[in-house]
Amino acid sequence: MKIVISNSSKEPIYEQITMQIKEQIIKGVVIEGEMLPSIRKLAKELQISVITTKRAYEELEKDGFIRVIPGKGTFVAPQSKDLLREKRLKIIEDKLAEIIDESKLLDISLEEIINMLKLLY
Amino acid sequence: MDKILEVNNVSKKYKNFDLKDISFSLDKGYIMGFIGPNGAGKTTTIKLIMNLINRDSGFIKIFSKDNIKNEKDVKDKIGFVYDQSYYFEDMNLKDNTKIISPFYSKWNQKKFEYLIKKFGLEMKFKVKDLSKGMKMKFSLAVALSHEAELLIMDEPTSGLDPVFRSEILDILREYIQNENRSVLFSTHIITDLEKTADYITLINKGKLLFSDEKDLIIEKYSVIKGSLEILDNGLEKKFVGIKKHSYGFEGLTDSSNFMRKKFGDSIIIDKPSLEDIMLYMVGEKHETINI
Repeated sequence: MKIVISNSSKEPIYEQITMQIKEQIIKGVVIEGEMLPSIRKLAKELQISVITTKRAYEELEKDGFIRVIPGKGTFVAPQSKDLLREKRLKIIEDKLAEIIDESKLLDISLEEIINMLKLLY
Repeated sequence: MDKILEVNNVSKKYKNFDLKDISFSLDKGYIMGFIGPNGAGKTTTIKLIMNLINRDSGFIKIFSKDNIKNEKDVKDKIGFVYDQSYYFEDMNLKDNTKIISPFYSKWNQKKFEYLIKKFGLEMKFKVKDLSKGMKMKFSLAVALSHEAELLIMDEPTSGLDPVFRSEILDILREYIQNENRSVLFSTHIITDLEKTADYITLINKGKLLFSDEKDLIIEKYSVIKGSLEILDNGLEKKFVGIKKHSYGFEGLTDSSNFMRKKFGDSIIIDKPSLEDIMLYMVGEKHETINI
């Protein structure tokens, strides 16, 4: 898992953490059942306050991304069908974005791309 | 139940100084930064917590016990780091430790020796020959060697260089890896707290200004910068503190949404630092002083 914190960002630090962990769960970098570091460990590693990591984990738990099992630790929660779909859509979107970038470099218009898609689909 | 320290309506009157009705509390597992300008009453409050001076009114509970009735029990579990050295200056560390250690029921000599080595000290050093930073490390080694659950530090980082201060902050973060432990840490070097502290308590002139989660405090306030033309009496009231100069103003407010709606791009809205918040909150209305 990767977390990079910017102190100059307008986003509060807890939000930076939740966003980055969510993204990695959606992308499948961290998978269901994987154990996350404790709030204290994470705070120490990132050199931020415990209450900040606690708030980040609370948000993630509220949104169903992680699950806290008392006495055992914090784990990536099983993802719902909706979430999985969203996750896959996100992958397709990313790939399409790549195609668009590449096409723009070659001056290929949106219509041309759509036509190509229609032929291939 | 989860409170490790409760200070309730505590007052202490001196000839030239009045500590009035101070109340705050600290939960287990967190670090609280105790801030305020010089002479605000930080050391007086800490001395009251440690029962080194008598309070006039109010009460203090540590580990849910009254700090005076159970002084011995309570102090056994407090690691106290004071800004002045209270050791025997002419003795070496070993002999000082022989005197100190019997006061603690859970003194851990092995841990102490380990920390002394880790901190780059030697038992044969005399206290009077130690630098300020080394004395601080010796105090810290003592405080961490008797299974203390509450660390109370009065200005531990003042007069120390940034490298040294950062080492001390690392030690504090390591210390609270155990969630039953807390730290109360007074300082006027606020940047030290910006990252580490969970809670901030600010006092000024013997009065409590706030005691809250650091993140919430920083989210609540914004620094607004703009031109003097938009500033009228009504608007000025929306600022906690304001500084005017010939070309514009700068102020701290908790109504940044209102400001954004009303003035849009004609003002700059910045995230405040803890230092900004303290300066604006304790500052008198800023007027230019002619020198």
